[in-house]
Amino acid sequence: MSQLAAQAVTLAAETRTSTGEAVAFWLLAPLAVVASLGMIMAKRAVHSALLLAFVMLDLAICYLMQSAPFFGVVQIVVYTGAIMMLFLFVLMIVGVDSSDSLIETIRGQRWAAILAGLGFGLLLVLGIGHASISGMAGLGGANASGRGSGGNVQQIAELLFTRYVFAFEATSALLITAALAAMVLAHRERTEPKAGQRTLSEARFQPGGYPTPLPPPGVFARHNAVDTPALLPDGTPSELSVSPELAARGDIRPVGAGTLPPGRRPAEEAESETEPVA
Amino acid sequence: MNPANYVYLSALLFTIGATGVLLRRNAIVVFMSIELMLNATNLAFVAFSRIHGTVDGQIAAFFVMVVAAAEVVVGLSIIVMIFRTRRSASVDDANLLKY
Repeated sequence: MSQLAAQAVTLAAETRTSTGEAVAFWLLAPLAVVASLGMIMAKRAVHSALLLAFVMLDLAICYLMQSAPFFGVVQIVVYTGAIMMLFLFVLMIVGVDSSDSLIETIRGQRWAAILAGLGFGLLLVLGIGHASISGMAGLGGANASGRGSGGNVQQIAELLFTRYVFAFEATSALLITAALAAMVLAHRERTEPKAGQRTLSEARFQPGGYPTPLPPPGVFARHNAVDTPALLPDGTPSELSVSPELAARGDIRPVGAGTLPPGRRPAEEAESETEPVA
Repeated sequence: MNPANYVYLSALLFTIGATGVLLRRNAIVVFMSIELMLNATNLAFVAFSRIHGTVDGQIAAFFVMVVAAAEVVVGLSIIVMIFRTRRSASVDDANLLKY
């Protein structure tokens, strides 16, 4: 009897949102709106991706607050875990600093888009306001009425495998098609045969090739950092030992750099290992 | 608090996503805006599911999520393919179909 009364109390409490939920909503909702505005305005795609991940986490908390625990967790796992990581992977392939071109191809497109967005938003908000949604049935009853032990996950599972079983089967076909499509799209046909060991070796002995491995940076030099060229037996630096990228940027350390006069060296003994062999 | 506030939030997020699709030229950011719109509809589904006291709305949101995952896989591989041939992720550059 007391159990029934307690259940009735929880059901009654479920029909209106608690103060805690209201506080959390008014904290999360502005954050979500600001973050999504930032997402569409950020100049770099990586910032957009991070802000979108933030919005998704924000929405996951909204789902958890709305007595949809399964959906809140799935939102974190699937959206922020899988989909955003896929986005970041593709961003890394395409190049992190590929920013938008700011040249407008259609004149006045930006203002037209902002105007259309504002109008659309106004229309949606007015439509929702006109529908006058107030009060709610709450999910406490629906979540508890499942067969089994009762609960959100059991309830979803029951519906998914009875009423929506054909839609569920259709999604399996969809997922297989998507996986196949991704494989077909990502496949690249090899246009020339793969270079074997013999071909590579012969190419090394052709004029212009270099038969031995290149000298590593820092050999016989004062430092073994990648920007320090190796010294040849006559003391001149070897251009082959440092990356041409560094050479193009002018980041190569000159041979005599950082050498103090012999009397002012603080730790002569400690540095003696890196001294050039005389 | 009126539970309809969630629906208002969802409408706002959907609008921002739609504006992003219209505004941005980087294909990946356009795609992220589409994801934002799908997330907004999910929020509306969950909110309505709670307002009506049935779990059916959550099932609809579940299917939206599955379709979104499939769409992201195919869409991103198309973007990567276009990037390989044209060395650009801008939607303005993929205009060969018009000739």
